[in-house]
Amino acid sequence: MLPDLDQLKESAIASIDEAVTLDDLDAIRVDTLGKKGSISNAMKSLGQQTGDARRDAGQALNAIKTAVADAIDAKKRMLSRAVLDEKLNAEKTDVSLTPRPESVGRIHPLSRTLEEITAIFAEMGFTVAEGPEIESDFYNFTALNIPPEHPARQEHDTFYLTPDKTGKRKVLRTHTSPVQIRTMESCTPPIRIIAPGRTYRSDHDATHSPMFQQCEGLVIGKDIHMGHLKGCLIDFCRTFFGVDDLPVRFRPSYFPFTEPSAEVDIGCSREGGGLKIGGGGDWLEILGAGMVNPKVLENCGIDPNEYQGFAFGVGLERIAMLKYGIPDLRPFYDSDLRWMRHYGFMPFDPPSVHLGLNASSTNTRGST
Amino acid sequence: MKFTWGWLNDHLDTTADMATILDALPMLGLEVEGVVDKSAALAPFIIAKITATAKHPNADSLQVCTVNAGGDDIEVVCGAPNARVGMVGVFAPVGAYVPGIDLTLTTAEIRGVTSNGMMCSEREMMLSDEHDGIIALDDDAPLGKGYAEWAGLNDPIIEIAITPNRADCLGVRGVARDLAAAGYGTLKLLKFDEISTDGDSLIKWNIDMGDDRVHLCPRVTGRTFSNVTNAASPQWMQQRLTAIGQRPMSALVDITNYTMIDLGRPLHAYDADKIAGDTLTIRLAKDGEAFTALNDKTYKLDAEMIVIADADGVDDLGGIMGGARTGISDATTNMFLEIAIFDPISIATTGRKLNLNSDARYRFERGLDATSPDTMMDYISAMVVSICGGSASKVAEAGAGADWQRLIAYNPSRCAALTAVQIASSKQAEILENLGFTVVQDSDDAWSVQPPSWRGDIVGAADLVEEVMRVVGFDEIPEVSLPRLSVVATPAVDAVQKRPHTIKRLLAGRGMMEAVTFSFLDAKTAIRFGGGGDALTLVNAISAELTTMRPSIMPNLLAALMRNNARGEGDASIFEVGPIFMGDGADDQRTSATGLRRGMTAPREWTNAARPVDWADARGDAIAVLSALGVDTDSLQTTTDAPDWYHPGQSGVLRQGRKALAYFGAIHPEVLQDYDLDGGNLKGGAAGFEIILEDVALPKFKGTARPLAQFSPFQQVGRDFAFILNQDITAEQLLRAVKGAGKPLVTAATVFDVYQGKGIADGAKSMAVAVTLQPTKATLTEDEIEAVSSAIIAAVEKHCDGQLRG
Repeated sequence: MLPDLDQLKESAIASIDEAVTLDDLDAIRVDTLGKKGSISNAMKSLGQQTGDARRDAGQALNAIKTAVADAIDAKKRMLSRAVLDEKLNAEKTDVSLTPRPESVGRIHPLSRTLEEITAIFAEMGFTVAEGPEIESDFYNFTALNIPPEHPARQEHDTFYLTPDKTGKRKVLRTHTSPVQIRTMESCTPPIRIIAPGRTYRSDHDATHSPMFQQCEGLVIGKDIHMGHLKGCLIDFCRTFFGVDDLPVRFRPSYFPFTEPSAEVDIGCSREGGGLKIGGGGDWLEILGAGMVNPKVLENCGIDPNEYQGFAFGVGLERIAMLKYGIPDLRPFYDSDLRWMRHYGFMPFDPPSVHLGLNASSTNTRGST
Repeated sequence: MKFTWGWLNDHLDTTADMATILDALPMLGLEVEGVVDKSAALAPFIIAKITATAKHPNADSLQVCTVNAGGDDIEVVCGAPNARVGMVGVFAPVGAYVPGIDLTLTTAEIRGVTSNGMMCSEREMMLSDEHDGIIALDDDAPLGKGYAEWAGLNDPIIEIAITPNRADCLGVRGVARDLAAAGYGTLKLLKFDEISTDGDSLIKWNIDMGDDRVHLCPRVTGRTFSNVTNAASPQWMQQRLTAIGQRPMSALVDITNYTMIDLGRPLHAYDADKIAGDTLTIRLAKDGEAFTALNDKTYKLDAEMIVIADADGVDDLGGIMGGARTGISDATTNMFLEIAIFDPISIATTGRKLNLNSDARYRFERGLDATSPDTMMDYISAMVVSICGGSASKVAEAGAGADWQRLIAYNPSRCAALTAVQIASSKQAEILENLGFTVVQDSDDAWSVQPPSWRGDIVGAADLVEEVMRVVGFDEIPEVSLPRLSVVATPAVDAVQKRPHTIKRLLAGRGMMEAVTFSFLDAKTAIRFGGGGDALTLVNAISAELTTMRPSIMPNLLAALMRNNARGEGDASIFEVGPIFMGDGADDQRTSATGLRRGMTAPREWTNAARPVDWADARGDAIAVLSALGVDTDSLQTTTDAPDWYHPGQSGVLRQGRKALAYFGAIHPEVLQDYDLDGGNLKGGAAGFEIILEDVALPKFKGTARPLAQFSPFQQVGRDFAFILNQDITAEQLLRAVKGAGKPLVTAATVFDVYQGKGIADGAKSMAVAVTLQPTKATLTEDEIEAVSSAIIAAVEKHCDGQLRG
């Protein structure tokens, strides 16, 4: 005898609705869809039917079976979710606590500045040259047209090393200019190099450090003239300081190894007590430069009638201080962690031409 | 070089105002270092006379003075001990701002008496530190007149920096000449009254140098001045000398000092009566000869030094400083004046050897106007006679004259070739001639140019271009960007030069702060860290802490942490990539990457993640650096012979074959003690590493394409083994045995547990290894896994004497 199909379905759905726990639900599944469940039993009784009635009842029963199974599944998901919700609720945590400590170091402003300089001069076709910091008198002075007893030597405050048995004494290079000589001796023009590095002078006060860093530049070619010197250094200054219309001034000066020689000033404003790089009527000296003295070319075996060029030198600390607002020279070499955290640079944002050369004043924020 | 605006105008006839000149000077190469104009600040101060004084009724130390400042009587309370009736001084009326006390004066009650201004000291006007009393002026100073104007203090003082080549601008006249050549007026003629000469000089010259040393003193002139009065110099001269920071002495001394600034021409004045005999001989000193200079110091001389001697011996170090014995005094009545030319290099050498600096030396060693002994003698003589009276003798002289004339070949097209500025030949010639050059135009492109006698620095065509260009102005030079060598820029650094950049970013990324420290340190530390020695020791260090080139960066990092620890930061991780020095040769400098971590790995926080720093941190840093340098770090071997600043039991050397690539380890406790980095309330350890980049070979560049990746489609299998081993067997030995036996199936093996203690015999340890097996041809069968396991166990037994732990 086939039961009332509508009632069969309604009672199954009603009991599913009433189920409270997953166990209740499982019992209902057994009672309805299990081997001896109500729906299974009804299926078995189909055999007593015949013809169209049998077919119609079979289809109806299958529909009921699917509906009940779906209802059980839906209810099961709901009940599981409730159990999970309760569990998750119990796992509530104070998420305002700090994360596990991680530390990121900082790149020193001098390294950063040097990378910026290198990136800019790379754009202009320069390569980096190097030389030793313990130098001979010849490379540091004589080859650069600074003979013994030249007044310019007195201005160098040279550190001397203990003389050897023959009385020769080496010096700590007082500038990066000896690299000019070493480069011209070993390379044939055309030459475009920068030579950054440590330099030393026996001077120690608020504005002088016995060790400081310079970057030298040298360009030699057949038709390199002072207009190129000007263009190159103006291009550099404006790019480095990120000021497109930065005024740059060239004044006559004197270096024994260049002729004519120039000092290079950039425009600034000191209004309101603060220093701002850019237009404003005031000037700041930042570079020394000039056309390579023919005698220096001769000293390096380059024919001054065929080749000429320019050289320049810039103090890294000074331009780093100007660009990044670092007021005092002395902490550069003091390794004060507070200073390094404040003025240092994140290692993951190196300067490049395509991503930018100017680190924002806020880029040092972050965990240490 | 300091001078005043009025002084410059003595030589320069110009309509340009001071601001224009101050702008022009730097563009000529004469950098303006500062301008001091006291006229505005001193404007309220007027000359006044104390006409009466009375005791202050309520204060013993004060007087009530009646002051006449050119008008009505003014009552002023005055505390100066030297205030007296009849005294003429400087008065600041009510309303005046007195800079020395930072106060604008008002009518004030001082202990019950009204004071209407004040009589001032020099300090109150910020003229000097003098504050013993109020200023006393000449009795005839004009009452009511501005003090600054009367005293010559309203002439602005200009200071310029003179580059070593511009000896000619170490005199005001040279500066004026440059300005005139640049179009800022005309150079006035040196005007002076013709002097009448009265007989031969009492003193004669004798240059006794020998023929091969004529250049040491090519020319000297002199002249005796008889019956001079060496009183105070005139007020205008005193004012100018005071303005530039020189103390007026006496007329004759002041004249020599004034002329040195005015014309850039150092002189020497002798008291002719103190000269023994009638001849001054210019010669080289004898070794060991000594003399006492005007600074009262005695100098021992050698045979390379130019001296001037009379019959009694040396009493002048030529061009540097005169002697005390023959120097002039206020009582001098007969003066002998010396104007000489000496060899600059000789002067510089002598001055350096004796460590004796003077304004004269400064000018002599930069080179003087070669003709000055002849061209300036009468001008200076006229000044002496007009100020000190007396009469001048004929000129005494010696030496044929300096060989200063020379012709420089110049092609005017050189100017455009060097500077890209086209300047007409006629304009170039005009500029050079205005600067005193003689230009002979042999043809359009071949000139012979003779520099003036005062420009010893001009030696070649490039110098002439600079002369022309600095007058035309560097602003005229066009801005020409360098032509690009390639459309896309190529790298500026090579693979070796790139490495420090990479390492810095790597280590900063690992949480370390980049330090830059001095390349020199103290001698004791240099020796302690494997360096030292004469070749690397400075002879003129600025401090005992900075005498020796560093052999290692480690001590500098330790010192840095010591300073930070003293500020309360005991936990720190820092590194430096920089030079160390193995010798003084050009190839003895190395680049070291050195790192140091100290304390706890992190601050205290709720997860308790922090742990003490140890040697393994340093090993990790070192391996990370080596790996970034392209080293196959899996194949490195560890030895335990790190330098002795490391903990002997917790340090090592990472080697590639025999070659040491890195030191790492805990820092030796004694070293930590030296840097106050141990004990106390400090927590945690200290560990560091050192890598000399030159020791790490650059990997061969084999193109950019990577080898084809070949990933096995078959599942990898993990197996763990624990072995009982002698405690001296290292993890490296164990893993080598495991990997060797399991080739090629074993793709990774790591030690995941090390245990000593209960259950393990004394002298033994247990090490557990996780092994990864990666088949490439087919999924591994149990038999295959069993076979490789047996091979591993057998290899450990054979090579490490180890047993599988039961």
